[in-house]
Amino acid sequence: MSFEIPDDLRYLESHEWAKQQDGTVRVGISDFAQDELGDVVFVELPEVGDELQTEAAFGVVESIKAVSDVYAPVGGTVTAINDDLVNEPERINSDPYGDGWMLELETDEDLDHLLSPEAYREQIE
Amino acid sequence: MTLRQPPLREAHAEREAQFTDFGGWEMPVEFDSIRTEHTAVRESVGKFDVSHMGEISVSGPDACELLNRLTTNDVSALDAGQAQYAAITDTDGIILDDTVVYNLPETEREDYLFVPNAGHDEEMYDRWVAHRDEWGLEATVENQTTDYAMFAVQGEDAPAVLGDVTSVDLAGMARFAVAAGSVAGTASLIARTGYTGEPGFEILCPSTDAETVWSAIESQPCGLGARDTLRMEMGFLLSGQDFDPETNPRTPYEAGIDFAVSLDTSFVGRDALEAIATEGHDEELVGLTLLERGVPRHGYDVTTTEGGTIGTVTSGTMSPTLGEPIALAYLPVSYTEPDRTVQVVIRDKPKKARTTTTPFLP
Repeated sequence: MSFEIPDDLRYLESHEWAKQQDGTVRVGISDFAQDELGDVVFVELPEVGDELQTEAAFGVVESIKAVSDVYAPVGGTVTAINDDLVNEPERINSDPYGDGWMLELETDEDLDHLLSPEAYREQIE
Repeated sequence: MTLRQPPLREAHAEREAQFTDFGGWEMPVEFDSIRTEHTAVRESVGKFDVSHMGEISVSGPDACELLNRLTTNDVSALDAGQAQYAAITDTDGIILDDTVVYNLPETEREDYLFVPNAGHDEEMYDRWVAHRDEWGLEATVENQTTDYAMFAVQGEDAPAVLGDVTSVDLAGMARFAVAAGSVAGTASLIARTGYTGEPGFEILCPSTDAETVWSAIESQPCGLGARDTLRMEMGFLLSGQDFDPETNPRTPYEAGIDFAVSLDTSFVGRDALEAIATEGHDEELVGLTLLERGVPRHGYDVTTTEGGTIGTVTSGTMSPTLGEPIALAYLPVSYTEPDRTVQVVIRDKPKKARTTTTPFLP
């Protein structure tokens, strides 16, 4: 089984990805993580304006067979959440790096402390 | 502890199944996705490797008597070629395990087989032998769990798919009938039984021929994940979870399997159950449908709308067929009527739920 690990993202050991955008960082879970979980049926996310701590749990992803906490790759203020996941949590399975994104936040941190795509690939192989 | 493995452990691994520890066995939990596998069974057909189930044979002149004294149903009512569901209870009427008892076809002797749940085979073998000796009955008891592979073929297309590779006239089989015949040239037992609510069959074949039989059945392979969501939609019990003598001691009346109790027979636990049948019981397994988003799971508290705890979820999932979160929980009998509002506490947050009858499927 080979998993998609986009080169323009950085990763946490706990299988979240972070993407540097203009002024914000977008966060989701990796292709490997969605495959391990299987059919995602429920997502619990924070609210816009909530403060997230670096590497602290910010939400929950539930598949039919498992419950998993999701951790913040960087700390900061939530500026957007993906509302579509409320009705279509399966987007995390079908498009973990695209339509399945979870939230965006404003942060003072850079992404340098996170795993590079190469390092993350090594971790899951 | 080393996990026991089904004969097809390697074949399933090559098919890229994910595995789980279930009852001391390393079993495939998911081949493709639980939803895909679940839907295959509900809409057409799927096959399951359930070789973790135990097989104990009981034969000899007192075989029927021994089984009748150790299971709650009336084994003497079975003709050769018939099977029945039953509970195995202790003297207090507490369920130790549930099982299917087969009166085997095409045999001249009194030949029976019963199928305890994964990890219970040795305990049940010991129980049968100890009671046989205590009661001085003439019966041969053998634990044949590793001799057999067991597969389930479930779904409305099961008769067609299995019919292609068996000598048995499947159309002529009533529910809970068991027949002897060949599957892909392998001498097997085929029973019209299952754990999904769909029409289907369970096959017992020698473990040495497991690969031949499994690969001859052309259908979606399904893991224990889909087996669990399918049985939950029907409100079927899972041993060790919906009842367990150590962690969740329950009687057949609490568990809602009164139909498997025959008080006309004399079995271990009968007198305790007769007393309960007369005096009534306090709690009963109830179906719940969540009215808010979330997934109810084993161990979550159930409360009144005011917040007082009244029970615990024993099984729960997101129903793939209904697209609704469903659960089973033991609640005071006043909650057995449908449409009572309660709450399931998920990560400290109460979520509204209503009671419902099972099966959850219409």
